[in-house]
Amino acid sequence: MAESLYRENILDHNRYPRNKGTLVPADFSYEDTNPLCGDEIRIDLRVLGERVTEIRFSGHGCAISQAAVSMLTEMVEGQTLDVVKALTKDDLLEELGVPISPARLKCALLGLKVLKAGVYGIDHEGAGEL
Amino acid sequence: MLTQMNQRTLDTAAIRGDFPILDDHNERGQRLVFLDSAASSQKPTAVIEALSDFYRTSNANIHRGVYGLSERATALYEQARALVADFINADSPSACIFVRNTTEAINLVAATWGRRHVRAGDLIVATVMDHHSNLVPWQLLAEETGADLAHVRVTGDGRLDLDHLDELLRREPKLVAFPHVSNSLGTINDAATIVRRAHAVGAIVVVDGAQSVPHLPTDVRALDADFLAFSGHKMVGPMGSGVLYGKRELLEAMPPYMGGGGMIRRVELGKATWADIPNRFEAGTPAVADAIGLGAAIEYLSALGMERVREHERELTEVALDRLREVPGLRLLGPTTAEDRAGVISFELGEIHPHDVAAILDGENVAVRAGHHCCQPLMRELGVVATTRASFYLYNTLDDVDRLVAALEKANKIFH
Repeated sequence: MAESLYRENILDHNRYPRNKGTLVPADFSYEDTNPLCGDEIRIDLRVLGERVTEIRFSGHGCAISQAAVSMLTEMVEGQTLDVVKALTKDDLLEELGVPISPARLKCALLGLKVLKAGVYGIDHEGAGEL
Repeated sequence: MLTQMNQRTLDTAAIRGDFPILDDHNERGQRLVFLDSAASSQKPTAVIEALSDFYRTSNANIHRGVYGLSERATALYEQARALVADFINADSPSACIFVRNTTEAINLVAATWGRRHVRAGDLIVATVMDHHSNLVPWQLLAEETGADLAHVRVTGDGRLDLDHLDELLRREPKLVAFPHVSNSLGTINDAATIVRRAHAVGAIVVVDGAQSVPHLPTDVRALDADFLAFSGHKMVGPMGSGVLYGKRELLEAMPPYMGGGGMIRRVELGKATWADIPNRFEAGTPAVADAIGLGAAIEYLSALGMERVREHERELTEVALDRLREVPGLRLLGPTTAEDRAGVISFELGEIHPHDVAAILDGENVAVRAGHHCCQPLMRELGVVATTRASFYLYNTLDDVDRLVAALEKANKIFH
């Protein structure tokens, strides 16, 4: 089970996270925690027109949450906000490509939760200006 | 040949046979190594059967019926209370109140003794080492009454800073609460000393015994604790069984916790008078079968002898500490020797997140806990977000320690 969960792509993203860091200023920053395990993820995003031009994540967590958010940033960069909003958990789980047990689902999806809350937050505050 | 009672340590092979769940194997044929008894222990057949026997042969509400079945249920329930009192050396069964768990026991004290006696400006002292269940009830009480809160600091090696305790005691707190044994670090605190010093300034003392009563011989009279809270499910008993011990003169002066049936003397539409202790604090139908199951758990532990349970865990902890020190990248938290620590070992493994450690161990059928262990303030103080925790009980063996170490080495291999 451990072998199938900790495949090389997960370990690689965990060891060498893509787009790790912060953006100041950013068009939005959002962060959230998983109170059960204390994982914290923050995502900073820059948007030009309707497109995500830059994305960075920061925080800490288990290999699953870190690899998932690292992959997520690669999936999102260069995409339109509509595409980002349409991303589902299944899209991300498919990208992860390993069996995620119910207990680890919150780890895998924390980054997506943060991203979605942030993107919808932009919308809420007037995405028309973007 | 020596009988089991005369041996210094436990016959773990026989004990393991008493716990059906320990026969569990994963799909690779690895037997379950259960190292999370600090969260909840496994249950022996004697306890499982006590539960089903009650429902098969003695089930009826207690303290109500005049028929034989109800009398039998009542007698079994009160017999369990007597077993509890004897186990902790309480002076009377009436000093032992059945509750659901340690959390409820502490909340009961906060809501009754606390509301009656704590006023704005009074001081309540707890510790940085406490479980959330011995922190949050006092926060709620402080918020409600306007009392102040202060917390005894923890030293770098995971002990209570008794100099800081003395400093706080000079402010003459109304109440001092602390864990006898830390659920995160395994530290065995010098409870008798803390109780004595707190009493010297007139404080009432609440001891969180969730991690001590299942693992160490307990004598509330020697300890002189005013209140002691513990959970049945951590001491081979059923979930939903717990105990609040209190000195009788304190309990007798306390208002009820919840109102309802069973806790009254006389009820009119506008008012009621209260039953004597312990019934005053057991409103509604209690978890009768679970209390009887706790009685069976206590009989099981008593037959083995708590001194020997402690010695068994001390030996395992000593070996485990030595073995774990040899695992590359492993950093132990808490006291460094087995003498003043219970069978709870928290550690970090290099840069590997505890959840990943626990997941890899689970793949080897080794069950450990990962997280903050309901001790976020302590984790913050120690500068960690989370730890991996292995905890031992009477059914664990040296082979379990081997399996733990092998699985940790596997985690290292996967992550390097």
